Amino acid sequence: MPINLYILLAVVLFCIGVVGVLTRRNAIIIFMCIELMLNAVNLLLVAFSKMHNYAMMKEGIATGGSDGQLFVFFIMVVAAAEVSVGLAIIVMMYRNVHSVDINFLNRLKH
Amino acid sequence: MNALILSALLGVVMMFSGIWLKSKAAVRNTAIAGIILLLVVNILEMCGTVVFKIDTKGLIVPDRFGLLFNAIAFASTLIYFLLSARDMEKVGVNYAEYLALIFFILCGITLTSSYQSLLILFLGIEIISIPLYILTGSDKRNLKSNEAALKYFLLGSFSTGLMLMGIALIYGAVGTFDTNYITMFTAANKPGVLMIGGMLLLLFSMSFKVSAAPFHFWTPDVYDGAPTVFTSFMATIVKAAVFIAFIRLFDQTFGVMQKSWQLFAAVIAIATLFIGNITAVFQQSVKRMLAYSSIAQAGFMMLAVFSMNTAAKEGLLLYAAAYSLATIGIFAVLIKMSDYTFEGFNGLAKRQPLLAATTTICLLSLAGIPLTAGFISKFFMLRATMATNGYFWLGIFAVLMAAVSVYYYFRVIQAMYFKEGEAGNFEVSTTFKWLMVLVSTLIILLGIWPDLLIRWLYF
Repeated sequence: MPINLYILLAVVLFCIGVVGVLTRRNAIIIFMCIELMLNAVNLLLVAFSKMHNYAMMKEGIATGGSDGQLFVFFIMVVAAAEVSVGLAIIVMMYRNVHSVDINFLNRLKH
Repeated sequence: MNALILSALLGVVMMFSGIWLKSKAAVRNTAIAGIILLLVVNILEMCGTVVFKIDTKGLIVPDRFGLLFNAIAFASTLIYFLLSARDMEKVGVNYAEYLALIFFILCGITLTSSYQSLLILFLGIEIISIPLYILTGSDKRNLKSNEAALKYFLLGSFSTGLMLMGIALIYGAVGTFDTNYITMFTAANKPGVLMIGGMLLLLFSMSFKVSAAPFHFWTPDVYDGAPTVFTSFMATIVKAAVFIAFIRLFDQTFGVMQKSWQLFAAVIAIATLFIGNITAVFQQSVKRMLAYSSIAQAGFMMLAVFSMNTAAKEGLLLYAAAYSLATIGIFAVLIKMSDYTFEGFNGLAKRQPLLAATTTICLLSLAGIPLTAGFISKFFMLRATMATNGYFWLGIFAVLMAAVSVYYYFRVIQAMYFKEGEAGNFEVSTTFKWLMVLVSTLIILLGIWPDLLIRWLYF
């Protein structure tokens, strides 16, 4: 399968995530859209990793492109850390206002 | 490498100190001793003594620029701890944890100041950001703090997503995350769609992190909602650290293709200077004014990213020091105030003459009045901008905007000296007063002899 299709899929997923973040009002759904963005990046990195691996195989380097896959693990770990902090923040807000609608956030403006 | 390992260890030590040590003063003293140790170890590494020798395979290269910035960040954190660590007790019960999170942020700062791989850049930025989300929301019962934390978290992770997409696109174009290889690649090949797209996404996400316009809209709300002690840290040391990462990225990695992003950087700098300064004029609260002022100062630091020459890199270090010192000083006084509006400062000079005088010096430095560090660092930025061909007008615009900034900084001075009021009904310790004198002395010393700092870059 040509690499273009993977790039297209990843970019489409990423754009769905961006549009979701910009248009949705529910904090949890925004959060899911952010995760979608991160996973689109993961997919893209793995596809590129395979592409570079294939290119370097021809030159006789078997381990080429492995750093892209390593990066994916780091993104997963960081995303998990972000989830734990982010959900804690959302729960903390839910306790105070009994809602996860971000329209409540306009209170800060004078 | 010294500072990286030690700051992470100290973070863990601080977490346990909350269990082992009963009194808050003991926890605070541990933190202060820790930061002094960190500073000493970092200076030792600058002199060539490396305690922790680790082969990172070229992921992290602690060069002189990064180490000097680490020293500035640690010294500012030391002053910040001495001035404001006592006020963190009022935020909540988890005193030791707040200090531990600050040490983890310092760990992230050592990564962002000396990375040579986009992987480490990403990790550094995230290690800075995630503890900051927690610190922003640390005032759990306060709705404003909650909202600030949620907003900061959602927008911060959104910009992280953009940054990751940028890194992935660059990886697709080059096949490695090593910044040296990327530089060689851009020097040898004409940049393609993937490269330009990745570079722009990185530019936007980094502008997001340093709150440069048009990606600044989260800043006032987050800085206003966060507990004031932590706003002080976020607005100074963290912002300077992200700028160091920014300038390293666009100096090393994308330095060759400067022509393709310079116009974007110029537009961002202009928008940031304009929006930051003009909006700050209309603020009623000093805390919110300082948030906009931090956007305005970020505009000046963007000029360094834009021009990217020797004067810019020296100037950015000086700017980081001058801006951090002055803003930490002002915030330390602001925390003591009961009323954060401009009227709250009325008549401070009558009751607390020394505090009013030192705050005035900090404000003058932020406004860029000669003989202060703020002036000389702005001068470096302007010199760097003027040296770039065809962008003379950008320097003139920056000077005009600096003139606007004088208005809102002088409003505070006017309130302190020329208005009758009740401000200053609080006790401050003698140590606090002497520290404020130290801060203003440092500001004036750096303003007269900027070489005190810059000569550490070369020897």
